[in-house]
Amino acid sequence: MVLKGKVHKFGDDINTDYIISGRYKFKTLDLKELAKHVMEDIYPNFYQRIRPGDFIVAGKNFGCGSSREQAPLAIKYAGIAAVLAKSFARIFYRNSINVGLPLVEVDADRFKDGDEIEVDLEKGVVRNLTRNFELEFPPYPQIMRKILQDGGLIEHFKKYGTFKLD
Amino acid sequence: MGMTITEKILAAHAGLDKVEPGEIVQVRVDGLLANDVTAPGAIEQFRLVGSQKVFDPDRIFLVPDHFAPNRDIPSAEQCKLLREFAYEQGITNYFEVGRMGIEHALLPEEGLVLPGDLIIGADSHTCTYGALGAFSTGVGSTDLGVAMALGETWLKVPSSIKFVVNGTLNPWVFGKDIILYIIGMIGVDGALYKAMEFAGEAIRNLSMDSRFSITNMAIEAGGKSGIIEPDEKTAAYVEARAKRPYKFYQSDPDANYEKVHSLQAEKIDLQVALPHLPSNVRSVYQINDVELDQVVIGSCTNGRLEDLRVAAAILNGKKVHPKVRLLVFPATQKIYLQALKEGLIQTLVESGAAVSTPTCGPCLGGHSGVLAKGERALATTNRNFIGRMGHSESEVYLSGPAVAAASAVAGRIVPPEEVVPPERWRDFKNKLEE
Repeated sequence: MVLKGKVHKFGDDINTDYIISGRYKFKTLDLKELAKHVMEDIYPNFYQRIRPGDFIVAGKNFGCGSSREQAPLAIKYAGIAAVLAKSFARIFYRNSINVGLPLVEVDADRFKDGDEIEVDLEKGVVRNLTRNFELEFPPYPQIMRKILQDGGLIEHFKKYGTFKLD
Repeated sequence: MGMTITEKILAAHAGLDKVEPGEIVQVRVDGLLANDVTAPGAIEQFRLVGSQKVFDPDRIFLVPDHFAPNRDIPSAEQCKLLREFAYEQGITNYFEVGRMGIEHALLPEEGLVLPGDLIIGADSHTCTYGALGAFSTGVGSTDLGVAMALGETWLKVPSSIKFVVNGTLNPWVFGKDIILYIIGMIGVDGALYKAMEFAGEAIRNLSMDSRFSITNMAIEAGGKSGIIEPDEKTAAYVEARAKRPYKFYQSDPDANYEKVHSLQAEKIDLQVALPHLPSNVRSVYQINDVELDQVVIGSCTNGRLEDLRVAAAILNGKKVHPKVRLLVFPATQKIYLQALKEGLIQTLVESGAAVSTPTCGPCLGGHSGVLAKGERALATTNRNFIGRMGHSESEVYLSGPAVAAASAVAGRIVPPEEVVPPERWRDFKNKLEE
């Protein structure tokens, strides 16, 4: 699957409170409503600027903080196709794969706000169409690749009744 | 090559003799935790996989602590969902308001998490239980929902970083100062995906309460878990509480660590983390004229008995500054009751503090002490991100209970000696040792 869209650039250590404030936790049951508040404390009206299929590109430790799954869900429901970052916090990483939001580890410094990019998840390649370069990214561990392929952890578990580690 | 305590616990739960960092293992879990924010999602996922019954109703812990007592109608709906699921599944460890406490203080206190356990929880501060010599880590609602059905999860074995703290701690310095110091040293991603192991004379001399404060904040350095080898203090703590067998694991002398940091306790001053990252720490002596609107003493980091004793020792005979609101949240009902018996609550109330029933409340900007635009708080909580306690233009500073209590009196961030004479520490220390 090749994803194509525009880059929205963020800095280092973007935590789950910035992605979706703890104030909105109680709205868990309505994800479309929740998505409207994505990143609002650090980037007012970010939601309005997203075109479905766009990407977030960020620095190190993206998604640090809370275990709230509303964080990757809010990003996904806001229309973001994938998040690219220098590194990810571990609970966020796991949650994103489980809910079917692809994450990619790349050198984010080479991307600027507004760049048009393509992400090929199968081949492990990011193409920057604006700046004309390609970057490869490391493959997921086997279990995570299976979970993503199956469309999230629930579908994976329904298929195998356990975790398919190899 | 030997194994670390973390590797030994993971191997035992995977049914293997040995595991190595980077290996992916399927493990049996001894306990699963969810709260009013994360349980609704986990319950939904549990239903989606088509399960009828949880794997073991005695090993699932449901605690409505974040937005409880219900702050509004949506949070009341979430708590209701949790409650109804608990009754439907016959979950023995559901804690209703009035018996509820902040999850990471409550579960160890109830003897539900024990040394050698493997615990997962849908809350990032689940890493707290490492203070007991258990492996515990935070997961999301989907992982938890599946584990509720299966009783197992998968984990990547983390590599370990060891922090050895030797020497004697300075007056009023406790676990919180040690962990803030370490996070300041390595940064908010300094232990990303790693197990943080805390050892050394200064750690062994800490109370269990202070040890919980340390492992609680492993996640603030990106850690997968935090752990302390169990000793005679751990034994004394769990003996009275455990209702099932437990096991003490120790790291082998030839265990492999990615890095070992040696720290000298005397060099660790009272610490304060400035907005907006827990790694943005300074010694309290480097801070001048930071005026406060609110001080919060509580949370899964510092709402335990030792914290209330420290706060009361400093506030005894003092008054909270007229412009400051001091909010105190004992972390559990047992802590609240013991604080009542010891006269701590009376001291706090006489000083002008508002004392609340246990809840996470303002720590995550939930309720019971949310900040207005431009307001500034000092809190014994664990995160000071933008907007964490309320308005996106408010500020949160983090410290231990001694600096928090002293600052509530002064109306600005100060070390305890600006408010109380040195004898106060001597008396307090003597009382602790009794």
